[in-house]
Amino acid sequence: MEIGVDRERCAGAGMCALTAPEVFDQDEEDGRVRLLTARPVDGQRAAARLAAGVCPAAAITLGD
Amino acid sequence: MTHEPTTHEPKTHDEPTAHEPTAHEPTTAPAEVTAFPTARHTGCPFDPPAELAALREESPLRRMRYPDGHHGWLATGHAAVRAIMADPRFSARYELLHLPMPGFEEVEIPPAAPGDFTGMDAPGHTRYRRLLTGRFTVRRMRLLTERVEELTAEHLDAMAAQGPGLDLVEAYAHPVPAQMICELLGVPYADRKQFTGHVATLFDQRADIEAKGAAYGAVESYVKGLVAAKRAEPTDDLLSDLTGTDLTDEELAGVGSLLLGAGLDTTANMIALGAFALLSHPEQLAALRAEPGLAGPAVEELLRYLTVADPAVRTALEDVEVDGRLIRAGDTVTLSFQAANRDPARFPGPDRLDLRRAATGHVAFGHGAHQCLGQQLARVEMQIALPALLRRFPTLRLAVEPSEVPLREQNNIYGVRSLPVTWDQT
Ligand code: HEM
Ligand code: SF4
Repeated sequence: MEIGVDRERCAGAGMCALTAPEVFDQDEEDGRVRLLTARPVDGQRAAARLAAGVCPAAAITLGD
Repeated sequence: MTHEPTTHEPKTHDEPTAHEPTAHEPTTAPAEVTAFPTARHTGCPFDPPAELAALREESPLRRMRYPDGHHGWLATGHAAVRAIMADPRFSARYELLHLPMPGFEEVEIPPAAPGDFTGMDAPGHTRYRRLLTGRFTVRRMRLLTERVEELTAEHLDAMAAQGPGLDLVEAYAHPVPAQMICELLGVPYADRKQFTGHVATLFDQRADIEAKGAAYGAVESYVKGLVAAKRAEPTDDLLSDLTGTDLTDEELAGVGSLLLGAGLDTTANMIALGAFALLSHPEQLAALRAEPGLAGPAVEELLRYLTVADPAVRTALEDVEVDGRLIRAGDTVTLSFQAANRDPARFPGPDRLDLRRAATGHVAFGHGAHQCLGQQLARVEMQIALPALLRRFPTLRLAVEPSEVPLREQNNIYGVRSLPVTWDQT
């Protein structure tokens, strides 16, 4: 699974960092998403998928 | 409500009657909806107006006649609400909206004042959000945990000192988040008499447009004075920090007013109504008291179940197809978060409060580019304030019959006006 984030779309709402803190963080300055890892390991994938689903701005994409 | 075909505009293909009925839609034309339903059943303080559920069952996205005669839409299904809220082809600009509540038929709604970004679209809206979201990140809000704990402890001590038999709104649910947003912004809490009443008017659906305009003016002029003071002598708070950005004084006053207005009474109503809901569901209350780890999921479920901020309104900037229906440019859509959060297609057994359910994905904070800026602060506050209250007063209970608790009807933020509680003194 490969994760992509679109910082232009990001609304900085923090749902990703709340849902999958091992995969996403928020920028200290503008609050926008920062990807901690594009390739989450086994224990992180379900949370990453959930984060993509709840992101209000559809800024997170999941590839294979 | 009667169906009166003679007064209808000519039927277009997006009329519910004009295409093949589906499982969701009845074979007869549904009665026309002529205003957003707000009447709750007596004795059912936590459930949305029953009419909303009936409308959602009929069709999650349907036409609605607005009080000013506009032929717009009402979205009640979770999927439809999310799709429209996330779609930038729907505008949040105030001047394009038709309001779903009666009382505003004759008025022209002015565009958002500088800084009042909740009524703006990208790129103007984006500029403000990017200046602010860094201040409201999950991490930053967690850093406030200690301060929220201190504030809750202080107020719980004061309650214990006062003794059983008091109003939980006044003693606890209101002051904790109000003091928090004031400290964050750099608003002296001692000044609160200068803005709390006006902020309340902004959310009161019974106040007319003149009263709302005057209330906004009063809050804004208070904040403007504060901005001048922060420019002259910066302190360690959000308003002072923002004077270091390219925002003008006018924009700063607008931003400050929006944040103060949005943060003052929202979490307060969730804490008070949340306490009321827990006291009415003793087995859920016992679970939360017993399992500290349940605080996170419990708050999400309370947000879903109670959905105090409802509805949102948007206007299509171009023709958009949603759910097989054509929403035309200029059509206003009213989006009901409380109906969406009780959609059985998304949340099984939606009318049951179940603190253990996975309530993530609810739209109690809205959805899309305007999703609540203060949600991480609200989460921290609720996750601390509710369990702390239950731990401190193990015998906490209502001091009146549930049916006697005064509700905030006809308000953009639902909740209780007061919550008389008592406990056994030990
Ligand atoms: C439990 C408490 C709260 C609830 C249920 C709530 C709910 C909401 C909802 C539903 C929206 C979206 C409105 C729309 O799209 O039309 C919103 C927006 C907003 N909220 Fe909250 N809110 C809460 C607490 C707070 C707090 C504590 C703050 C303080 C900073 C805050 C600040 C804002 C702001 C500034 C917006 C506008 C965001 C924008 O337009 O980009 N909220 N809130
Ligand atoms: S959930 Fe989406 S919008 Fe929110 S910070 Fe993460 S990527 Fe950005």
